[in-house]
Amino acid sequence: MADKGLRLYRVHTPTPPLRQNGTLPDMSLALIAALPFLGALFPGLMIRAGRDACALAAGSVTALSLLLLGMQAPAVLRGEVIQTRIDWLPALGLNANFMLDGLGLMFAGLILGIGLLIILYARFYLSSRDPMGQFYTYLLLFQGAMTGIVLSDNILLLLVFWELTSLSSFLLIGYWKHLPEGRQGARMALTVTGTGGLALIAGMLILGQIAGSYDLSVILTQKAAIQSSDWYLPALILILLGCFTKSAQFPFHFWLPHAMAAPTPVSAYLHSATMVKAGIFLMARMWPVLSGTDAWFCIVATTGLVTMLLGATIALFKDDLKALLAFSTVSHLGLITMLLGIGTPEAAVVAVFHILNHASFKAALFMSAGIIDHVAHTRDIRRLGGLRTLMPITFAFSTIAALSMAGIPPLNGFLSKEMMLEEASQTIWFGNPWLIPALATLAAMISVGYSFRFIGQVFLGPPRHDYPAPPHDPGFGLWAAPALLAALVIASGLMPMLTFGWLVDVSASAVTGTAITVKISHWHGFVPALWMSLAAIAGGLILALFQRPLNRIWLALPRPEAKPIFDAVINMIRRLAHTLTARMHNGSITRAFAIGTVTMLAAGLYAFASGTHTPGTRALTPIEPVAAIGWVMLMAATFAVVLYHHNRLLSLVLVGVVGLIVSVVFIYLSAPDLALTQISVEVVTVILLLLALNFLPKQTPRERTGRRLRDGAIAGAAGLGAAALIHALMLRDFAFPTVAAYHIANAKSGGGGTNIVNVILVDFRGYDTFGEIIVLGIAALVIYALTETILRGGPANDRLLNWPKPQGRAGDRHPMMFVVVARLILPVALMVGVFMFLRGHNLPGGGFVAGLVAAITFLMQYMASGFAWAAARKTINYHGLIATGVLIATATGIGAWFNGKPFLTSAYTYVTVPPLETFELATAALFDTGVFLTVLGAVMLALASISRLATRAGSSTNTRPFDIDPDAKPAGKS
Amino acid sequence: MEYLVSSAVGLLTAAGIYLILRRHTFPVILGLALLSYGVNLFIFASGRIVVGVPPIYVTGAAGYADPLTQALVLTAIVISFGMTALIVMVALGAFLETGHDRIDMPDGEGDDQ
Repeated sequence: MADKGLRLYRVHTPTPPLRQNGTLPDMSLALIAALPFLGALFPGLMIRAGRDACALAAGSVTALSLLLLGMQAPAVLRGEVIQTRIDWLPALGLNANFMLDGLGLMFAGLILGIGLLIILYARFYLSSRDPMGQFYTYLLLFQGAMTGIVLSDNILLLLVFWELTSLSSFLLIGYWKHLPEGRQGARMALTVTGTGGLALIAGMLILGQIAGSYDLSVILTQKAAIQSSDWYLPALILILLGCFTKSAQFPFHFWLPHAMAAPTPVSAYLHSATMVKAGIFLMARMWPVLSGTDAWFCIVATTGLVTMLLGATIALFKDDLKALLAFSTVSHLGLITMLLGIGTPEAAVVAVFHILNHASFKAALFMSAGIIDHVAHTRDIRRLGGLRTLMPITFAFSTIAALSMAGIPPLNGFLSKEMMLEEASQTIWFGNPWLIPALATLAAMISVGYSFRFIGQVFLGPPRHDYPAPPHDPGFGLWAAPALLAALVIASGLMPMLTFGWLVDVSASAVTGTAITVKISHWHGFVPALWMSLAAIAGGLILALFQRPLNRIWLALPRPEAKPIFDAVINMIRRLAHTLTARMHNGSITRAFAIGTVTMLAAGLYAFASGTHTPGTRALTPIEPVAAIGWVMLMAATFAVVLYHHNRLLSLVLVGVVGLIVSVVFIYLSAPDLALTQISVEVVTVILLLLALNFLPKQTPRERTGRRLRDGAIAGAAGLGAAALIHALMLRDFAFPTVAAYHIANAKSGGGGTNIVNVILVDFRGYDTFGEIIVLGIAALVIYALTETILRGGPANDRLLNWPKPQGRAGDRHPMMFVVVARLILPVALMVGVFMFLRGHNLPGGGFVAGLVAAITFLMQYMASGFAWAAARKTINYHGLIATGVLIATATGIGAWFNGKPFLTSAYTYVTVPPLETFELATAALFDTGVFLTVLGAVMLALASISRLATRAGSSTNTRPFDIDPDAKPAGKS
Repeated sequence: MEYLVSSAVGLLTAAGIYLILRRHTFPVILGLALLSYGVNLFIFASGRIVVGVPPIYVTGAAGYADPLTQALVLTAIVISFGMTALIVMVALGAFLETGHDRIDMPDGEGDDQ
């Protein structure tokens, strides 16, 4: 078996490593992504120590992750790609491979850096009524998932993280559980992004199949193979569906504004730097292999353009500050998408640059919207205005951020917008040279319009007297984060090369796969972009000034509302599912069984009819008289069970007969182990059913003839099918050499036992057995739990308490002869159990059989002297027995690790201790002990549980082993 | 011999399914038991049946019975015991709780509307 240990190694490409391997821990990349997940535990606990401690815990985790990332940064900036590879499921191609290149560095930096600011902001934003521990836990989970996406090298791993972001963002968006909008928004976000995620999974699987690997580092080198594949277009469309839903691209943009029902820190985080950027990230990540084709350009650039225009237009007319920002986010995401869609390296550089800029100003704007909401108790633009003098600090950083959003020089938004217009001006849309530049300019113009409107209608103008609450600047804690971001907006605007240039270089190099050095400057000369930019600013100013009259026109226009449409679609699907479920399953298990059986039969018939057949070649085994007699008995008993099933006791006895004959069949057909197991299980099962029957009606009512005929037909057909199938199988030789041959050849040499079946159970397929005893243990514990529930009180318990008293039909309840024999047999039967156990490895027997034999021995004591009498004398706890058994089996399995072998590899040796004969010591025997104990414990616990019902129902408790007192003198004739 | 085994498998399966389709718990449990016998025999027989050649090393053995299907069936027997015990308890609990032992829900009870 292959060594399944963790293998870690770091690969530095493309330049040779500049520092020694091992100067940093090998796990560091995985740790960056794992830390937030681990840290998610802390806030929930630390909240008991206060809100500051809680926020500090969350912040420390994020800061630590950021620090680890920073330690990797120098190498990445030198152009290295850092990798951590952990084999997880290599057979599936799913490995925990992480990779850090420029793009990952930029995104991870954004996620963790802005995350840190959000944690600070949220500390002061959340009110004392909000459960802060939960908030930070959700936030860290989300942060970990996002970091995981951008650091994954393996696309399957990436998909796992992708789904985790959908789930954790659901928790964050629905954080205010008491708000219906919050819950609905969360559901909508999950539905849309989750559905996109499904498409993405399909697309990624196709991509992986084409490239022959699920590792990005391999996939990214397979451009030619991928783009020439017939599956390129389906893969592209599916992957883009995932990206577009996540990044709120038209027509999936509608979920994002509804997600604004979340607390503002969540909006600021999800919609500036993280969640919606995941789709952008993936497009950038896949850019080297997917872009450059007509399909890519046509879908991505067009979608981006439409989204940019549509988002900006809606944003212009939104009165809710957060809705305005949400649609502006949609628009800017469209812009980035369009740039990626253009497909030239230059456009990709601008896209990367704008990702940084957008994150910085949009996070600041969301936070300031939150501040205004926080102090003025409204974020409706119509109720605001004139805040400039009342909230000067907020005014300052909000205006800087908004001007950047508008693309006013010298702020960073201007730089990337100018570069975007430049790229747009050079892009020809299917032979049309002016369409993209014109529409891009229009979108930029509207963008200026809503940015100016944001500043003008919120901050400028005279102060009002009817604010819901008196606005004022908040405390430092709340404005520190947005102010810092605004400072960054200025700094990166003034000194783009110093602040962002280096990051854009490595990041764009990673996106395009070629070394890129950007030159960002404010002045490009009198290029078309300059005129487009000027036109946008002038037009935007006009739009902002005439926003109110335009708004009236807008309101008069028919506009499709996304939410009712979405709700209608969801309701339709729900109704469809409901109808379908109701049709297929009306609560009748019988009907479901019947449908299932008929379906299987139909599938079998179809398979038979559509295949080709040759007659069997195997010679028949001759029928001996004894076999014929057994067969007649089996058939008769089975018929009788069906015939007499209304009489439950009789049918139970008949089932016992069937079971006994089946075990005889096993021994006749060379399966002694099966026979032993079957016969002991049979005994236990019949006892169990007898105990249960005590509390169930003794008769089964007859059913309608039509129904019986119908069921008879179904059952008959199924029986015929099963018989025909096994008959056909038995008459043919194996199509392939069987695994059994390997087992037969290696049982002695590999497993050290001559009973091949037992060696398979404890060695070759030890895992099966291990799982099985756990299932058995769980079943017994569930039975115990059910008993506890029944006995706890309620109708079941009442019914038991009112159970009619036994009518004494049995005479002696505990006949003396039975009691004495049971006692005498106890040591002998236990010895048989030990014998069965010890010889199991080489001859029929083993842990299962031994456990059952021991259980039967104890059961006899219960039967002989009554449950309560025996229970009072037992010192072993059955729960403990099950646990001990499983633990012994586990410990044996783990022991193999210390031998450097996989779990449950057995070892054996031969020992000679004079004067005994040479005997074998095998770890398999230890494992078998675990099996033995679990089986014993499970059987006893199950039966003892049912017996407790009898005690509750009023069976008298014996104080003596049997009813007759042998010491008493005979009291004459009675 | 093959005819005997396949007809036995067929009858056990048919009887098991017929009883499983009954509307009261106890016949369903017995049906499950019969069906398990049928299925176990089926799996066992899929290793092809032989008489007198045990799956144990014996000097001078003519051959070996298929040990793998036997191991699988052994596991199946024990697991089906666990499941039978569980379902018996469920049936018992349901009967004590509701006072009847029908397995179908009355109309409307299973509807979540």
